[in-house]
Amino acid sequence: MTIQVRIPTPLRRLTGGADEVSIEAENIGILIDNLESAHAGLKERLCDENGSIRRFVNVYVNDEDVRFLAGKDTPLKDGDEVSIVPAIAGGAL
Amino acid sequence: MSIVRALKCRECGTEYDIAPVHVCEFCFGPLEVVYDYDALGGHFTRELIESRPQNMWRYKELLPIDGDPTVGANVGFTPLVRANNLAKVLGVKELYIKNDAVCYPTLSFKDRVVSVALSKAVEFGFTTVACASTGNLAGSVAANATAAGLNSYVLIPHDLEVGKVVGAGIYDTKIVAIEGQYDDVNRLCSEIAGKYPWAFVNVNVRPFYAEGSKSYAYEIMEQLGWKAPKHVVVPMASGSLCTKVDKAIKEFVKLGLVDDAKTRIYGAQATGCSPIARSVKEGTDLIHPVKADTIAKSLAIGNPADGYYANRVMKESGGWSEDVSDQEIVDAIKLLAQTEGIFAETAGGVTLGVAKKLIEQGRIPRDESIVICVTGNGLKTLEAVQDHIDPVRTIKPTLKAFEPLAEADLAAKK
Repeated sequence: MTIQVRIPTPLRRLTGGADEVSIEAENIGILIDNLESAHAGLKERLCDENGSIRRFVNVYVNDEDVRFLAGKDTPLKDGDEVSIVPAIAGGAL
Repeated sequence: MSIVRALKCRECGTEYDIAPVHVCEFCFGPLEVVYDYDALGGHFTRELIESRPQNMWRYKELLPIDGDPTVGANVGFTPLVRANNLAKVLGVKELYIKNDAVCYPTLSFKDRVVSVALSKAVEFGFTTVACASTGNLAGSVAANATAAGLNSYVLIPHDLEVGKVVGAGIYDTKIVAIEGQYDDVNRLCSEIAGKYPWAFVNVNVRPFYAEGSKSYAYEIMEQLGWKAPKHVVVPMASGSLCTKVDKAIKEFVKLGLVDDAKTRIYGAQATGCSPIARSVKEGTDLIHPVKADTIAKSLAIGNPADGYYANRVMKESGGWSEDVSDQEIVDAIKLLAQTEGIFAETAGGVTLGVAKKLIEQGRIPRDESIVICVTGNGLKTLEAVQDHIDPVRTIKPTLKAFEPLAEADLAAKK
Protein backbone atom coordinates (compact mmCIF):
# COMPACT_ATOMS: atom_id res chain seq x y z
CA MET A 1 0.00 0.00 0.00
CA THR A 2 1.09 3.55 -0.64
CA ILE A 3 1.65 5.92 2.22
CA GLN A 4 2.07 9.70 2.02
CA VAL A 5 5.02 10.85 4.16
CA ARG A 6 5.51 14.50 5.15
CA ILE A 7 9.16 15.50 5.17
CA PRO A 8 10.34 18.33 7.49
CA THR A 9 12.46 21.19 6.12
CA PRO A 10 15.83 19.94 7.43
CA LEU A 11 15.46 16.64 5.55
CA ARG A 12 14.24 18.00 2.24
CA ARG A 13 17.78 18.21 0.90
CA LEU A 14 17.65 14.41 0.80
CA THR A 15 14.31 14.27 -1.02
CA GLY A 16 15.23 16.70 -3.79
CA GLY A 17 13.25 19.43 -2.06
CA ALA A 18 10.00 17.45 -1.87
CA ASP A 19 7.90 18.13 1.25
CA GLU A 20 5.87 14.98 0.70
CA VAL A 21 6.84 11.63 -0.78
CA SER A 22 4.89 8.42 -1.51
CA ILE A 23 6.30 5.21 -0.11
CA GLU A 24 5.12 1.60 -0.19
CA ALA A 25 5.15 0.03 3.27
CA GLU A 26 3.22 -2.25 5.65
CA ASN A 27 4.70 -0.80 8.81
CA ILE A 28 6.92 2.04 10.05
CA GLY A 29 10.14 -0.03 10.05
CA ILE A 30 9.64 -1.02 6.42
CA LEU A 31 8.64 2.54 5.60
CA ILE A 32 11.96 3.82 6.94
CA ASP A 33 13.91 1.18 4.98
CA ASN A 34 12.03 2.02 1.79
CA LEU A 35 12.55 5.73 2.40
CA GLU A 36 16.28 4.97 2.57
CA SER A 37 16.17 3.08 -0.74
CA ALA A 38 14.39 5.97 -2.43
CA HIS A 39 16.37 8.76 -0.74
CA ALA A 40 19.74 7.54 0.47
CA GLY A 41 20.90 9.02 3.78
CA LEU A 42 17.45 9.44 5.34
CA LYS A 43 17.66 6.40 7.60
CA GLU A 44 20.73 7.48 9.54
CA ARG A 45 19.06 10.81 10.20
CA LEU A 46 15.97 9.12 11.57
CA CYS A 47 17.48 6.14 13.37
CA ASP A 48 20.48 5.65 15.67
CA GLU A 49 23.19 3.02 15.23
CA ASN A 50 20.91 0.37 16.79
CA GLY A 51 18.19 1.10 14.28
CA SER A 52 15.89 2.71 16.88
CA ILE A 53 14.11 5.94 16.00
CA ARG A 54 16.20 8.80 17.42
CA ARG A 55 14.88 10.38 20.61
CA PHE A 56 14.25 13.79 19.07
CA VAL A 57 12.72 12.53 15.87
CA ASN A 58 8.98 12.27 16.17
CA VAL A 59 7.14 10.02 13.75
CA TYR A 60 3.40 10.35 13.67
CA VAL A 61 0.81 8.10 12.03
CA ASN A 62 -2.36 10.14 11.58
CA ASP A 63 -1.28 12.52 14.39
CA GLU A 64 -0.42 9.78 16.90
CA ASP A 65 3.24 9.43 17.96
CA VAL A 66 4.42 5.92 16.99
CA ARG A 67 6.17 5.64 20.39
CA PHE A 68 2.72 5.27 21.84
CA LEU A 69 1.58 2.86 19.15
CA ALA A 70 3.88 -0.05 18.30
CA GLY A 71 7.04 1.90 17.42
CA LYS A 72 8.67 0.57 14.27
CA ASP A 73 6.14 -2.29 14.18
CA THR A 74 3.23 0.12 13.91
CA PRO A 75 1.13 -1.20 11.01
CA LEU A 76 0.13 1.05 8.12
CA LYS A 77 -2.93 0.89 5.93
CA ASP A 78 -3.98 2.63 2.74
CA GLY A 79 -4.67 6.30 3.28
CA ASP A 80 -2.57 6.61 6.43
CA GLU A 81 -0.55 9.79 6.69
CA VAL A 82 2.90 9.69 8.20
CA SER A 83 4.61 12.88 9.42
CA ILE A 84 8.20 13.25 10.51
CA VAL A 85 8.64 16.17 12.93
CA PRO A 86 11.93 17.24 14.46
CA ALA A 87 12.42 18.21 18.11
CA ILE A 88 10.24 20.76 19.76
CA ALA A 89 11.48 23.75 21.74
CA GLY A 90 9.73 26.17 24.10
CA GLY A 91 9.45 26.76 27.81
CA ALA A 92 11.95 27.82 30.45
CA LEU A 93 10.66 26.35 33.68
CA MET B 1 36.26 36.86 29.64
CA SER B 2 34.11 34.36 27.79
CA ILE B 3 34.85 30.70 28.25
CA VAL B 4 32.07 29.54 25.93
CA ARG B 5 33.46 26.80 23.73
CA ALA B 6 30.63 25.80 21.40
CA LEU B 7 27.09 24.59 21.01
CA LYS B 8 26.94 20.85 21.46
CA CYS B 9 24.20 18.37 20.64
CA ARG B 10 22.99 16.68 23.82
CA GLU B 11 22.24 13.51 21.88
CA CYS B 12 24.99 12.81 19.32
CA GLY B 13 27.66 15.22 20.57
CA THR B 14 28.15 17.12 17.30
CA GLU B 15 29.56 20.59 18.01
CA TYR B 16 28.55 23.81 16.28
CA ASP B 17 29.94 27.33 16.24
CA ILE B 18 28.05 29.88 18.32
CA ALA B 19 25.02 30.93 16.24
CA PRO B 20 21.25 31.35 16.64
CA VAL B 21 20.46 27.65 16.19
CA HIS B 22 18.88 25.24 18.65
CA VAL B 23 18.57 21.86 16.97
CA CYS B 24 21.27 19.49 15.79
CA GLU B 25 21.21 19.38 11.99
CA PHE B 26 22.07 15.74 12.04
CA CYS B 27 19.94 14.02 14.70
CA PHE B 28 17.56 16.84 15.76
CA GLY B 29 18.77 16.69 19.36
CA PRO B 30 18.74 19.94 21.37
CA LEU B 31 21.90 22.04 21.41
CA GLU B 32 23.46 23.15 24.66
CA VAL B 33 26.15 25.74 25.41
CA VAL B 34 29.37 24.10 26.59
CA TYR B 35 32.25 25.86 28.31
CA ASP B 36 35.97 25.47 28.70
CA TYR B 37 36.04 25.67 32.50
CA ASP B 38 39.79 25.20 32.68
CA ALA B 39 40.21 28.53 30.89
CA LEU B 40 39.01 30.22 34.10
CA GLY B 41 42.28 29.15 35.63
CA GLY B 42 41.35 29.89 39.24
CA HIS B 43 40.29 33.44 38.34
CA PHE B 44 36.60 32.91 39.18
CA THR B 45 36.56 32.92 42.98
CA ARG B 46 34.05 33.58 45.79
CA GLU B 47 35.90 36.84 46.52
CA LEU B 48 35.59 38.05 42.93
CA ILE B 49 31.89 37.22 42.81
CA GLU B 50 31.22 38.89 46.17
CA SER B 51 33.00 42.05 45.03
CA ARG B 52 30.51 42.57 42.21
CA PRO B 53 27.05 44.25 42.21
CA GLN B 54 24.19 42.11 43.51
CA ASN B 55 22.61 40.93 40.27
CA MET B 56 22.78 37.78 38.14
CA TRP B 57 25.73 39.10 36.14
CA ARG B 58 28.09 38.57 39.05
CA TYR B 59 28.35 35.06 37.57
CA LYS B 60 28.81 36.31 34.00
CA GLU B 61 31.76 34.02 33.28
CA LEU B 62 29.29 31.11 33.40
CA LEU B 63 26.70 32.80 31.19
CA PRO B 64 26.95 32.62 27.39
CA ILE B 65 27.43 36.26 26.43
CA ASP B 66 30.48 38.14 25.21
CA GLY B 67 31.58 40.89 27.58
CA ASP B 68 28.95 42.81 29.53
CA PRO B 69 25.19 42.42 29.11
CA THR B 70 23.36 44.95 26.96
CA VAL B 71 19.94 43.91 28.27
CA GLY B 72 18.76 43.38 31.85
CA ALA B 73 21.77 44.74 33.71
CA ASN B 74 19.87 44.82 37.02
CA VAL B 75 18.16 41.44 36.96
CA GLY B 76 18.48 38.89 39.74
CA PHE B 77 19.79 38.47 43.26
CA THR B 78 16.35 37.96 44.70
CA PRO B 79 15.91 37.05 48.38
CA LEU B 80 16.51 33.56 49.71
CA VAL B 81 14.07 33.59 52.59
CA ARG B 82 14.56 31.36 55.65
CA ALA B 83 10.97 30.20 56.01
CA ASN B 84 10.66 29.31 59.69
CA ASN B 85 6.89 29.72 59.94
CA LEU B 86 6.28 27.48 56.98
CA ALA B 87 8.91 25.02 58.22
CA LYS B 88 6.96 24.66 61.45
CA VAL B 89 3.73 23.88 59.60
CA LEU B 90 5.47 21.33 57.37
CA GLY B 91 7.42 19.84 60.28
CA VAL B 92 10.87 20.37 58.78
CA LYS B 93 14.05 21.83 60.21
CA GLU B 94 15.66 23.99 57.55
CA LEU B 95 13.49 25.46 54.81
CA TYR B 96 14.14 28.27 52.32
CA ILE B 97 12.11 30.00 49.65
CA LYS B 98 14.06 31.37 46.70
CA ASN B 99 11.74 34.22 45.88
CA ASP B 100 11.72 35.23 42.23
CA ALA B 101 8.21 36.62 42.70
CA VAL B 102 10.18 39.85 43.20
CA CYS B 103 12.61 39.47 40.32
CA TYR B 104 13.30 42.77 38.57
CA PRO B 105 11.77 44.12 36.35
CA THR B 106 8.70 41.94 35.63
CA LEU B 107 8.31 39.91 38.82
CA SER B 108 9.23 36.51 37.50
CA PHE B 109 12.20 34.28 37.00
CA LYS B 110 11.83 34.83 33.25
CA ASP B 111 13.78 38.11 33.49
CA ARG B 112 16.90 35.99 33.99
CA VAL B 113 16.56 33.96 30.80
CA VAL B 114 15.31 36.90 28.78
CA SER B 115 18.23 39.15 29.66
CA VAL B 116 20.66 36.49 28.45
CA ALA B 117 18.58 35.77 25.32
CA LEU B 118 18.20 39.43 24.37
CA SER B 119 21.82 40.32 25.12
CA LYS B 120 22.75 37.46 22.84
CA ALA B 121 20.20 38.55 20.20
CA VAL B 122 21.82 42.00 20.16
CA GLU B 123 25.25 40.37 19.71
CA PHE B 124 23.87 38.39 16.76
CA GLY B 125 22.51 41.62 15.24
CA PHE B 126 18.77 40.94 15.57
CA THR B 127 16.46 43.95 15.84
CA THR B 128 13.22 42.04 16.47
CA VAL B 129 12.77 39.53 19.26
CA ALA B 130 9.85 37.21 19.92
CA CYS B 131 8.61 34.39 22.11
CA ALA B 132 6.01 31.72 22.66
CA SER B 133 4.73 32.35 26.15
CA THR B 134 2.36 31.17 28.85
CA GLY B 135 2.44 34.74 30.22
CA ASN B 136 5.46 35.55 32.35
CA LEU B 137 7.81 35.29 29.43
CA ALA B 138 5.59 37.60 27.36
CA GLY B 139 5.85 40.36 29.96
CA SER B 140 9.56 39.90 30.38
CA VAL B 141 10.35 39.89 26.67
CA ALA B 142 8.13 42.93 26.11
CA ALA B 143 9.64 44.96 28.97
CA ASN B 144 13.26 44.09 28.40
CA ALA B 145 12.97 44.51 24.61
CA THR B 146 11.46 47.96 24.96
CA ALA B 147 14.15 49.03 27.41
CA ALA B 148 16.81 47.77 25.01
CA GLY B 149 15.28 49.47 21.96
CA LEU B 150 14.26 46.20 20.28
CA ASN B 151 10.98 45.43 18.54
CA SER B 152 9.05 42.50 19.95
CA TYR B 153 6.30 40.04 19.18
CA VAL B 154 4.80 37.86 21.88
CA LEU B 155 2.60 34.90 21.03
CA ILE B 156 0.34 33.55 23.75
CA PRO B 157 -2.57 31.13 24.16
CA HIS B 158 -5.87 33.04 23.85
CA ASP B 159 -7.08 32.26 27.40
CA LEU B 160 -4.35 33.76 29.60
CA GLU B 161 -4.90 35.64 32.85
CA VAL B 162 -5.65 39.36 32.41
CA GLY B 163 -2.62 40.35 34.50
CA LYS B 164 -0.30 38.61 32.13
CA VAL B 165 -1.85 40.05 28.97
CA VAL B 166 -1.91 43.62 30.30
CA GLY B 167 1.49 43.05 31.87
CA ALA B 168 2.90 42.51 28.39
CA GLY B 169 0.75 44.87 26.35
CA ILE B 170 1.70 47.90 28.43
CA TYR B 171 5.21 47.77 27.01
CA ASP B 172 4.08 48.42 23.43
CA THR B 173 4.82 44.95 22.18
CA LYS B 174 2.84 43.18 19.49
CA ILE B 175 0.72 40.56 21.21
CA VAL B 176 -0.80 37.81 19.12
CA ALA B 177 -3.22 35.43 20.85
CA ILE B 178 -3.45 31.99 19.33
CA GLU B 179 -6.63 29.94 19.32
CA GLY B 180 -5.11 26.90 20.97
CA GLN B 181 -2.91 25.76 23.84
CA TYR B 182 0.72 26.60 24.54
CA ASP B 183 1.86 23.63 22.50
CA ASP B 184 0.03 25.02 19.48
CA VAL B 185 1.64 28.42 20.05
CA ASN B 186 5.02 26.75 20.34
CA ARG B 187 4.65 24.81 17.11
CA LEU B 188 3.56 27.94 15.26
CA CYS B 189 6.57 29.84 16.64
CA SER B 190 8.92 27.20 15.25
CA GLU B 191 7.41 27.77 11.84
CA ILE B 192 7.55 31.57 12.16
CA ALA B 193 11.17 31.35 13.32
CA GLY B 194 11.97 29.43 10.13
CA LYS B 195 10.54 32.22 7.99
CA TYR B 196 11.20 35.57 9.72
CA PRO B 197 14.65 36.85 10.77
CA TRP B 198 13.72 37.22 14.43
CA ALA B 199 15.35 36.04 17.62
CA PHE B 200 12.76 33.76 19.20
CA VAL B 201 14.01 33.57 22.76
CA ASN B 202 12.71 30.06 23.34
CA VAL B 203 13.23 28.71 19.83
CA ASN B 204 16.33 29.71 17.86
CA VAL B 205 18.20 31.36 20.76
CA ARG B 206 16.92 28.84 23.30
CA PRO B 207 20.35 27.33 24.09
CA PHE B 208 21.54 30.74 25.35
CA TYR B 209 18.24 31.71 26.95
CA ALA B 210 18.04 28.53 29.00
CA GLU B 211 21.51 29.13 30.45
CA GLY B 212 20.14 32.23 32.21
CA SER B 213 18.29 29.87 34.56
CA LYS B 214 21.56 28.80 36.12
CA SER B 215 21.88 32.18 37.85
CA TYR B 216 18.89 31.24 40.02
CA ALA B 217 20.78 28.26 41.44
CA TYR B 218 24.12 30.09 41.70
CA GLU B 219 22.39 32.64 43.91
CA ILE B 220 20.84 29.94 46.09
CA MET B 221 24.29 28.47 46.75
CA GLU B 222 25.95 31.81 47.44
CA GLN B 223 23.07 32.90 49.70
CA LEU B 224 23.27 29.65 51.66
CA GLY B 225 26.83 30.73 52.52
CA TRP B 226 28.52 28.96 49.59
CA LYS B 227 26.75 25.67 50.15
CA ALA B 228 24.65 23.49 47.90
CA PRO B 229 21.28 22.58 49.43
CA LYS B 230 20.46 18.93 50.15
CA HIS B 231 17.05 19.13 48.46
CA VAL B 232 15.61 21.47 45.82
CA VAL B 233 12.02 21.43 44.62
CA VAL B 234 11.61 22.95 41.15
CA PRO B 235 8.47 23.69 39.10
CA MET B 236 8.43 21.99 35.70
CA ALA B 237 6.81 23.02 32.44
CA SER B 238 9.32 22.12 29.72
CA GLY B 239 11.63 20.70 32.42
CA SER B 240 14.36 23.19 31.56
CA LEU B 241 14.85 24.77 35.01
CA CYS B 242 15.24 21.34 36.56
CA THR B 243 18.15 20.57 34.23
CA LYS B 244 19.76 23.99 34.67
CA VAL B 245 19.64 23.85 38.48
CA ASP B 246 21.48 20.56 38.19
CA LYS B 247 24.02 22.02 35.75
CA ALA B 248 24.62 25.09 37.94
CA ILE B 249 25.27 23.00 41.03
CA LYS B 250 27.65 20.72 39.15
CA GLU B 251 29.52 23.74 37.79
CA PHE B 252 29.99 25.28 41.24
CA VAL B 253 31.18 21.94 42.60
CA LYS B 254 33.58 21.52 39.68
CA LEU B 255 34.97 25.02 40.18
CA GLY B 256 35.44 24.39 43.90
CA LEU B 257 33.01 27.15 44.90
CA VAL B 258 30.88 24.72 46.97
CA ASP B 259 31.28 21.20 48.29
CA ASP B 260 29.24 18.44 46.68
CA ALA B 261 26.17 18.02 48.89
CA LYS B 262 24.73 15.26 46.68
CA THR B 263 21.80 17.57 46.07
CA ARG B 264 18.57 15.82 45.20
CA ILE B 265 16.37 17.56 42.66
CA TYR B 266 12.59 17.15 42.71
CA GLY B 267 10.26 18.28 39.93
CA ALA B 268 6.76 19.65 40.52
CA GLN B 269 3.83 19.62 38.12
CA ALA B 270 0.10 20.17 38.21
CA THR B 271 -1.90 16.96 37.91
CA GLY B 272 -3.74 18.48 34.93
CA CYS B 273 -0.45 18.69 33.05
CA SER B 274 2.02 16.20 34.45
CA PRO B 275 3.75 14.32 31.63
CA ILE B 276 7.18 14.52 33.27
CA ALA B 277 5.99 13.65 36.79
CA ARG B 278 4.11 10.71 35.36
CA SER B 279 7.18 9.38 33.55
CA VAL B 280 9.20 9.50 36.79
CA LYS B 281 6.48 7.83 38.83
CA GLU B 282 6.00 5.12 36.21
CA GLY B 283 9.74 4.49 35.97
CA THR B 284 10.04 5.15 32.24
CA ASP B 285 11.92 7.81 30.29
CA LEU B 286 9.23 8.10 27.63
CA ILE B 287 7.29 11.31 27.98
CA HIS B 288 3.71 10.95 26.79
CA PRO B 289 2.46 14.36 25.58
CA VAL B 290 -0.83 15.46 27.17
CA LYS B 291 -3.52 18.07 26.61
CA ALA B 292 -3.07 20.48 29.51
CA ASP B 293 -5.95 21.29 31.86
CA THR B 294 -4.88 23.16 35.01
CA ILE B 295 -5.10 26.55 36.69
CA ALA B 296 -1.28 26.57 36.65
CA LYS B 297 -1.17 27.99 33.14
CA SER B 298 2.48 28.96 33.38
CA LEU B 299 3.30 25.24 33.67
CA ALA B 300 0.80 24.05 31.07
CA ILE B 301 3.17 22.59 28.51
CA GLY B 302 1.81 19.25 27.38
CA ASN B 303 4.80 18.35 25.20
CA PRO B 304 7.85 19.30 27.29
CA ALA B 305 11.05 19.90 25.31
CA ASP B 306 13.38 18.94 28.16
CA GLY B 307 11.17 16.27 29.71
CA TYR B 308 13.61 13.46 29.02
CA TYR B 309 16.56 15.33 30.52
CA ALA B 310 14.58 16.52 33.56
CA ASN B 311 13.50 12.93 34.13
CA ARG B 312 17.15 11.86 34.06
CA VAL B 313 18.27 14.61 36.44
CA MET B 314 15.68 13.57 39.00
CA LYS B 315 16.58 9.92 38.66
CA GLU B 316 20.34 10.43 38.80
CA SER B 317 20.27 12.91 41.67
CA GLY B 318 18.07 10.65 43.78
CA GLY B 319 15.14 13.04 43.58
CA TRP B 320 11.57 12.34 42.61
CA SER B 321 8.54 13.96 41.06
CA GLU B 322 4.96 14.55 42.12
CA ASP B 323 1.92 16.47 41.01
CA VAL B 324 -0.91 18.30 42.76
CA SER B 325 -4.55 19.09 42.00
CA ASP B 326 -5.91 22.59 41.38
CA GLN B 327 -7.34 22.64 44.91
CA GLU B 328 -3.96 21.68 46.38
CA ILE B 329 -2.37 24.48 44.33
CA VAL B 330 -4.76 27.06 45.77
CA ASP B 331 -4.25 25.71 49.29
CA ALA B 332 -0.48 25.93 48.90
CA ILE B 333 -0.59 29.50 47.54
CA LYS B 334 -2.61 30.45 50.64
CA LEU B 335 -0.31 28.53 52.96
CA LEU B 336 2.77 30.34 51.64
CA ALA B 337 1.03 33.71 51.80
CA GLN B 338 -0.28 33.13 55.31
CA THR B 339 2.94 31.78 56.80
CA GLU B 340 5.66 33.78 55.05
CA GLY B 341 3.86 36.76 53.53
CA ILE B 342 4.87 35.70 50.05
CA PHE B 343 2.23 35.73 47.32
CA ALA B 344 3.29 33.29 44.62
CA GLU B 345 1.62 32.64 41.32
CA THR B 346 0.05 29.28 40.58
CA ALA B 347 3.41 27.68 39.68
CA GLY B 348 4.61 28.51 43.22
CA GLY B 349 1.51 26.79 44.57
CA VAL B 350 2.42 23.73 42.53
CA THR B 351 5.96 23.70 43.88
CA LEU B 352 5.02 24.14 47.53
CA GLY B 353 2.12 21.69 47.16
CA VAL B 354 4.46 19.07 45.76
CA ALA B 355 7.13 19.79 48.40
CA LYS B 356 4.51 19.24 51.12
CA LYS B 357 3.45 15.98 49.51
CA LEU B 358 7.02 14.72 49.20
CA ILE B 359 7.75 15.59 52.83
CA GLU B 360 4.59 13.76 53.94
CA GLN B 361 5.55 10.76 51.81
CA GLY B 362 8.95 10.69 53.51
CA ARG B 363 10.77 11.19 50.22
CA ILE B 364 12.23 14.47 51.47
CA PRO B 365 13.65 14.03 54.98
CA ARG B 366 12.55 16.50 57.64
CA ASP B 367 16.00 17.23 59.08
CA GLU B 368 17.94 18.40 56.01
CA SER B 369 18.06 21.69 54.07
CA ILE B 370 15.24 22.16 51.56
CA VAL B 371 14.88 24.96 48.99
CA ILE B 372 11.52 25.62 47.36
CA CYS B 373 11.64 27.54 44.09
CA VAL B 374 9.08 30.32 43.70
CA THR B 375 9.38 31.69 40.19
CA GLY B 376 6.48 34.09 39.71
CA ASN B 377 4.21 36.61 41.40
CA GLY B 378 0.64 35.94 42.58
CA LEU B 379 -0.57 39.37 41.53
CA LYS B 380 -0.43 38.15 37.94
CA THR B 381 -2.75 35.19 38.52
CA LEU B 382 -5.45 36.69 40.73
CA GLU B 383 -8.14 34.69 38.93
CA ALA B 384 -6.81 31.51 40.51
CA VAL B 385 -7.44 32.64 44.09
CA GLN B 386 -9.92 35.51 44.01
CA ASP B 387 -12.82 33.30 45.10
CA HIS B 388 -10.76 31.69 47.85
CA ILE B 389 -10.15 34.62 50.20
CA ASP B 390 -12.32 35.77 53.12
CA PRO B 391 -15.17 38.00 51.96
CA VAL B 392 -14.57 41.73 52.28
CA ARG B 393 -16.89 43.39 54.82
CA THR B 394 -18.13 46.79 53.73
CA ILE B 395 -19.32 49.20 56.45
CA LYS B 396 -20.30 52.84 56.96
CA PRO B 397 -17.37 55.14 57.92
CA THR B 398 -18.32 55.15 61.62
CA LEU B 399 -16.79 53.67 64.74
CA LYS B 400 -20.27 52.40 65.58
CA ALA B 401 -20.26 50.25 62.47
CA PHE B 402 -16.72 49.02 63.07
CA GLU B 403 -16.97 47.99 66.70
CA PRO B 404 -19.34 45.02 66.37
CA LEU B 405 -17.15 43.69 63.62
CA ALA B 406 -13.96 43.92 65.69
CA GLU B 407 -15.73 42.37 68.69
CA ALA B 408 -17.02 39.51 66.57
CA ASP B 409 -13.44 38.85 65.35
CA LEU B 410 -12.17 38.90 68.92
CA ALA B 411 -14.88 36.45 70.02
CA ALA B 412 -14.08 34.17 67.09
CA LYS B 413 -10.43 34.16 68.08
CA LYS B 414 -11.29 33.06 71.64
